[in-house]
Amino acid sequence: MAQSAVLPEAGSKARRRFSRIQQIIEEYGATNSALIPILQKVQDEYRYLPEEILTFVATALDLPPATVYGVATFYAQFSLEPKGKHIIKCCDGTACHVRKNQPIIAAIRRRLGLADGRKTTEDHRFTFEIVSCIGACALAPAVVIDGVVHGQMTPEAAVKAIDEIDAADKAEVAR
Amino acid sequence: MTPVERINSPAELGDLKRKVVSAIRSCATRVLVCGGTGCMANGSPAVLAAIQEALEKHDVPVRADIVSEDDEKAIGLGYSGCPGYCQVGPIVRILPADYFYVRVKPEDAEDIVTETVLGGKPVERLLLASEDGVKYAKRDDVPFYRNQVNVVLADCGVIEPGDIRDYIARDGYRAMAEALFGLTPEAVVAEVTESGLRGRGGAGFPTGKKWGFTQVVQSPKKYVVCNADEGDPGAFMDESIMEGNPHALLEGMIIAGYAIGADEGYIYVRAEYPLAIQRLRTAIAQAEQAGLLGDRILGGPFSFHIHIKEGAGAFVCGEETALISSIEGQRGMPRPKPPFPANSGLWGKPTVVNNVETFANVPRIILNGAEWFRSFGTERSPGTKVFALTGAVVNTGLIEVPMGTTLGDVVFKIGGGIRTGRPFKAVQIGGPSGACLTRAHLDLPLDYDSLKSVGAMVGSGGLVVMDDSTCIVEVARFFMSFTQKESCGKCVLCREGTKRMLQILEKIVSGRGKVEDISLLEEVALAVRDGSLCGLGKSAPNPVISTLTHFRDEYLAHIVDGVCPAGECEAFKNYTIIDEKCKGCGLCAGKCPVNAISGRPKSPYVIDTSVCIKCGACADACKFEAIALA
Repeated sequence: MAQSAVLPEAGSKARRRFSRIQQIIEEYGATNSALIPILQKVQDEYRYLPEEILTFVATALDLPPATVYGVATFYAQFSLEPKGKHIIKCCDGTACHVRKNQPIIAAIRRRLGLADGRKTTEDHRFTFEIVSCIGACALAPAVVIDGVVHGQMTPEAAVKAIDEIDAADKAEVAR
Repeated sequence: MTPVERINSPAELGDLKRKVVSAIRSCATRVLVCGGTGCMANGSPAVLAAIQEALEKHDVPVRADIVSEDDEKAIGLGYSGCPGYCQVGPIVRILPADYFYVRVKPEDAEDIVTETVLGGKPVERLLLASEDGVKYAKRDDVPFYRNQVNVVLADCGVIEPGDIRDYIARDGYRAMAEALFGLTPEAVVAEVTESGLRGRGGAGFPTGKKWGFTQVVQSPKKYVVCNADEGDPGAFMDESIMEGNPHALLEGMIIAGYAIGADEGYIYVRAEYPLAIQRLRTAIAQAEQAGLLGDRILGGPFSFHIHIKEGAGAFVCGEETALISSIEGQRGMPRPKPPFPANSGLWGKPTVVNNVETFANVPRIILNGAEWFRSFGTERSPGTKVFALTGAVVNTGLIEVPMGTTLGDVVFKIGGGIRTGRPFKAVQIGGPSGACLTRAHLDLPLDYDSLKSVGAMVGSGGLVVMDDSTCIVEVARFFMSFTQKESCGKCVLCREGTKRMLQILEKIVSGRGKVEDISLLEEVALAVRDGSLCGLGKSAPNPVISTLTHFRDEYLAHIVDGVCPAGECEAFKNYTIIDEKCKGCGLCAGKCPVNAISGRPKSPYVIDTSVCIKCGACADACKFEAIALA
């Protein structure tokens, strides 16, 4: 098999990691058209696309690594940087924009201490993304926190929601 | 849910329909909680759980599903699709009385059970009321619905999308059975052509023509592709159809497959719509189980399979050739046409690509005939169109109106006017590819040709209403920043041109614009329009061109007068001290690097705006939040 060449030493941690990827590839089939679903599944698993896994997938699918890298960087969903434990997405569709989501974005950035450009906090607990329309326009402005849509948001409510997650996390660590 | 047995002929489908209809009729009360994305976010799962709990408390039996007739007194309870009026969610509907409850909270469950389910009366306080206190008991009484015509959305919000039998009860899959067993593929194409149905994805290409082109190509393998990559910000009609009535889409695709001679279909749906994907998967599994999809449909010779492909977040994939590249596992970049997908589409095979709403119209056309369809809308744009009405209107949500309804009727009769009471300013139609319409266009009929004549387009159908507090230059900047990010980079003019236009617009909204920027903006806009390969680039300048046409004064106000008439752009605001909050401590004056603040201790200070450099040091220093940008 083509992919065996890149498998790390048997029994190593890295090897166990690749065997999970191997499972994903087998599930979707090692064909070109399965590349995007495979990368989506890998990202579900790791919250990002580690470089060595991209190379592994390329070899398994018999594609040049550049092609896989090209696809991974083309689509907004894929991230080559590790994401945080909690993912906060602020919708920036037209309806949310017209109903003034800019102060919400500013408030979340301030609360998380993210200066322009940075998306993930240094402790890797929060990732903040501005996304295109999520289709909850009638509830604009909308924020998605860990997959749950919160409608008619305000800067105060967004900060409060983050405070709650933060407190819950800290309580868990304390226990 | 009890599993659906395989249906082996059109006659058996008819039998099942009669059985389900009688089961639904025997159900004294049916409680449907809205399960659309909007209401789910607004707390409808908690409402459903609370109603279930209240029913248990009062020993009211609940049917396991709508066809189980084992208990006469049992009531039906489940999620419906989106009835469209997201603004007043979570919505609960009671059938057959058709009470329409709005803004329902879990605490209301007890009253719904005791007063309505057991008592047979509406809960007055949950009904929608007009400003002067008139209560609307039923859905059709509500002004938001009174001016609509529901064809595609007729079953959204009435049926349970998670139960195929509910769709069958409302003539679901009957059009497919009639087509497969009673019509030739040519006759299906002829009927769709005759109906005048045009692509609801925005460009308005005649659907029958598209199917005809693909039908005549000789090929052992063909594909049907559904474009459900609804990327336009501010549009969610396809999402609602997939969530609320997924079988209508499947049925439309199967009919298309039969018409063109394809045995496989793909639905390319945005990953941002997890609920729609989940409902589609359930629908496909149920249809396959029932023998309405898959091998030998209804026991006949025709087979058709449908697969779901999740998009990965690229707006350009709404363009059909880019979408095809993405299904094939490549970067979603458009290809030059010709060859058109009808000749060489997915994996080089003849392919029909249509949008969700287009497919959802097909079963109705086959069932009721082309003439019936033409009775709605205008001569050249027959049928209805679903729009997502959002922004500064009183009533936001999903609406369906005959093509040719005027913009004014949509904004004022259905939308209820501007929610803030401020003057109406503009409507942005068609998203980043669309244009701004103004007060002058309130009498404009919304159809493909009328909109085209004023430089706009239907697009996917997003209507974002703006009042005078929205800056039009900022709106143009917003759309340009969207298209610039989403440009795939293949064509130089689109890739570089959108970036330059964005830079110019940023310059203007930040107060650094020059008069010559306007002509430069126009020049670049026309170059991008003419020099791009696909629809994204060709239409990217539309928001700029239309706002420059209708709101040139507002651009000039930013550049020449140094003001933002809407009062939105930060750069044109000044720091001021709010007298009531100022304690006269003088801290701000000490922090000001240019000595722009003066005053005497213990009385309000003043900022000299001609000296102020807007550094914000004073606002940061103030402990009483007495300094604001205004």
